[in-house]
Amino acid sequence: MALSREQIAMRVAQEFQDGDYVNLGIGIPTLAANYVPADIQVMLQSENGLLGMGPNPTEEQLDADMINAGKETVTAVTGASIFNSAESFAMIRGGHVDFTVLGAFEVDVSGNIASWMIPNKLIKGMGGAMDLVAGAKNIIVTMTHADKHGNSKLLQQCTLPLTGVNCITRIITDLAVLEVKNQAFYLSERAPGVSVEEIQAKTAGELVVPEHVPEMQF
Amino acid sequence: MAGFDKVVNSYAEAMAGLEDNMTVLAGGFGLCGIPEGLIAQMKLMQTKGLTIVSNNCGVDGFGLGILLEDKQIKKMISSYVGENALFEQQLLNGELEVELTPQGTLAEKMRAGGAGIPAFYTATGYGTPVGEGKESREFNGRPYILEESITGDFAIIKAYKADRYGNCIYRHTAQNFNPMAATAGKITVVEVEHIVEPGELEPSQIHTPGIYVDRVIQGSFEKRIERKVVAK
Repeated sequence: MALSREQIAMRVAQEFQDGDYVNLGIGIPTLAANYVPADIQVMLQSENGLLGMGPNPTEEQLDADMINAGKETVTAVTGASIFNSAESFAMIRGGHVDFTVLGAFEVDVSGNIASWMIPNKLIKGMGGAMDLVAGAKNIIVTMTHADKHGNSKLLQQCTLPLTGVNCITRIITDLAVLEVKNQAFYLSERAPGVSVEEIQAKTAGELVVPEHVPEMQF
Repeated sequence: MAGFDKVVNSYAEAMAGLEDNMTVLAGGFGLCGIPEGLIAQMKLMQTKGLTIVSNNCGVDGFGLGILLEDKQIKKMISSYVGENALFEQQLLNGELEVELTPQGTLAEKMRAGGAGIPAFYTATGYGTPVGEGKESREFNGRPYILEESITGDFAIIKAYKADRYGNCIYRHTAQNFNPMAATAGKITVVEVEHIVEPGELEPSQIHTPGIYVDRVIQGSFEKRIERKVVAK
């Protein structure tokens, strides 16, 4: 069975290491914050200028001056820091953020990502995504393996305008975990009950399949 | 004005000198930390042909969005403009030009502009539409693009507290782009929740030193929340 959004987020959270500073994009990546293992500590960075983002506030805690990069009201955890946008992107562009997790429309075998623009349709802007993919040490893309029409989002070459080049090394989809290297996708795990054949059929770019592909463990 | 006292008593005074076709840098992230009264004054003045540099363009009917109503903005330099139907309409009609700029590059353009640095290299945007037509160069085996800095005729800023000398402190994430924009305006105007006397703010806690600030005005703020999300 293909994973739900929550299950993708659970699998993402397994990647976090104790002491990581992590930036989570809007959507599935944000859900990963709910599944951080209890025995480790991670600090969430929000690129509008908050390191140590906490949960949404109660009605009593609500504060118009306290938002995240998605413009939602949030709180700060104990030990958080708040700073200006140039400082925030110095952390990101300087490679100080350990992990970035973001969504995408397309990823290709060269590690290129397209996530911000669909010509003549979606032209809202890239926000901080281009800075994040150019700066983070470790980037994970989360997305469905194929779009709702069944077209693969894992391509030999991206067709949409790019967000960044040669920057994606790991993808977690509703069907699989894949590494991007040597101009190919390397299948490393599959979702429980999903066959290698299904993954192969929904991967348009070159796919390398090892002899044994373990199922994801939850 | 006497000495370093930068306090003005009316919005007209605060924005005096704003003319058609000027470039205005505006602090704020979404509707958080925006100089509401200074934007309202710009609408009142009906200044046209403006280039606005700001991470976003407000929403329909609030924030910078109100300057779209009478087509006062000619060009917007932003990282994300998706919250605004009127914006989209004017963009599609060709009445409005937009230069989409990565958020970190936008912050750095203002920071560099205020610091007298005309351009800088960054990896952000290389190989994407943002990098098209820009000079690129390799450093330590990695390609970078050259981005030019930004300065403005005016910078409009929202601070939490400022003393009469223009030393400013921001509150929580209402800081965002305000400190960078403050450094890069020829005339920097700060609208503030609380004006205090010099000496009341701890010198080492000042976010924006008064040297960058030309005018300070006491504001009153609605502080609208763009996306209210509370814990379940």
